[in-house]
Amino acid sequence: MTEHVVVVGGGTGGTVLANDLAERLEPELAAGDVQVTLVADDPDHVYKPVWLYVPFGQREPADGRRPLTELVDDRVDVRVDRVTSIDTDAQRLESRDGAAPSEYDYLALATGSTLAPDEIPGLAEGGHDFYSESGSEALREELLSFTEGHLVLSVIGTPHMCPAAPLEFVFMADDWFRQRGLRDDVDITYTYPIQRVHGNPHIGEWARPRMDDRDIAVETFFNAESVDPDGQTVATMEGTELDYDLLVAIPPHRGIDLVEEAGLGDRGWVDVDRETLEAEAAENVYALGDTADTGVPNAGSVAHYQAGVVGQRLASEIRGRPATATYDGKTLCFIETGMDAASFVEFDYENPPSPAPPSQKLHWAKLAYNESYWLTARGLL
Amino acid sequence: MTETDRDATATVDARGAACPGPLMDLIGKIRDVESGDVVRLLSDNEQSLTDVREWTEEAGNDLLDVEETDDHYEFYVEKA
Repeated sequence: MTEHVVVVGGGTGGTVLANDLAERLEPELAAGDVQVTLVADDPDHVYKPVWLYVPFGQREPADGRRPLTELVDDRVDVRVDRVTSIDTDAQRLESRDGAAPSEYDYLALATGSTLAPDEIPGLAEGGHDFYSESGSEALREELLSFTEGHLVLSVIGTPHMCPAAPLEFVFMADDWFRQRGLRDDVDITYTYPIQRVHGNPHIGEWARPRMDDRDIAVETFFNAESVDPDGQTVATMEGTELDYDLLVAIPPHRGIDLVEEAGLGDRGWVDVDRETLEAEAAENVYALGDTADTGVPNAGSVAHYQAGVVGQRLASEIRGRPATATYDGKTLCFIETGMDAASFVEFDYENPPSPAPPSQKLHWAKLAYNESYWLTARGLL
Repeated sequence: MTETDRDATATVDARGAACPGPLMDLIGKIRDVESGDVVRLLSDNEQSLTDVREWTEEAGNDLLDVEETDDHYEFYVEKA
């Protein structure tokens, strides 16, 4: 009997996992004992870190897109379709076009994050973002012609993709306006929901004095409740208001509705054992990347490492061996601190981050990794 | 069952989450409920004792009660 592994989602987690399984289960795939199917609702794989550079005119959204068929091993059956429901008891799926498999033996959910700006009245009309292709392009139109006024970067939704990116954006904007001789005419304010500038206290303590040195104003305990696009103000749950000329927001994020409808977790995030990545509410279901509610950052490096763990565990289970691989919380992030300098952090569940001194070499390393990412997606790096 | 148990409109179980997860989860839930509703937050993170108090004061919400059990804390926060 053929064991069928279905991976849902064509982002970093799903793509790396599918390629990992193709390599790891090569004999079983060749013998027809195992089938691996990747279901994605976009024929392209999208590398989201490119979007940070789009508003500054340095990259194009197309730089972050490649067809899945170029990246995924031929031994994986790629189906472009959208899964619309999961019955975890019967281990059955329904899909929009009927192209996805209707049954699975093992399911891996890597459906990722979606943006939910509509949860904040006025945000969609009054705010910009760099967390989507269209958002980063629209922001570029505003930012390239912005020469004076108040730029506000407001982190509204948490958890959100790439927790370092809001800090990167204000550090880059500060440097970019300075280099162009405009910084005296542009005020920059950064807002964050809790009492420091980043969820991780170590990164928050590292970033705050750098923001002060660079005259980046900070508002903490700042949770936007509504945006007035005409008056150009943000009103908060804490009862304050902030005027802006250009609002760059990190909108609320959600997973996809399918997850909640299947009873796997709230807001589209799957409740998992944070070490085995097994769903808590169903058998033979894993989640990885943003989809897995582990408390670690929603970052590509996390999805990448988790894919290796899920791949090993699935291979063990298929071969009838005890699954021993576990995820230790490993996370890597480069953090841009300007237009030509960056820091770097590495941490896990036990060891907190200690940001490296910013340097041009780390900035080059980040840009070099962004290019070599396509090897990661292919399962080669 | 205590008085506050009965009054809780919604519960957020953030046990196992590292700082600042519980406070972030509480803020998210407070967004969803109506003024006067009570949210119960379960957290086993010590930092929540200061985080939750600081934020509720800042936001003008009312921290009605903090109960300590064997392995976690229960915070009752009324939305202003």
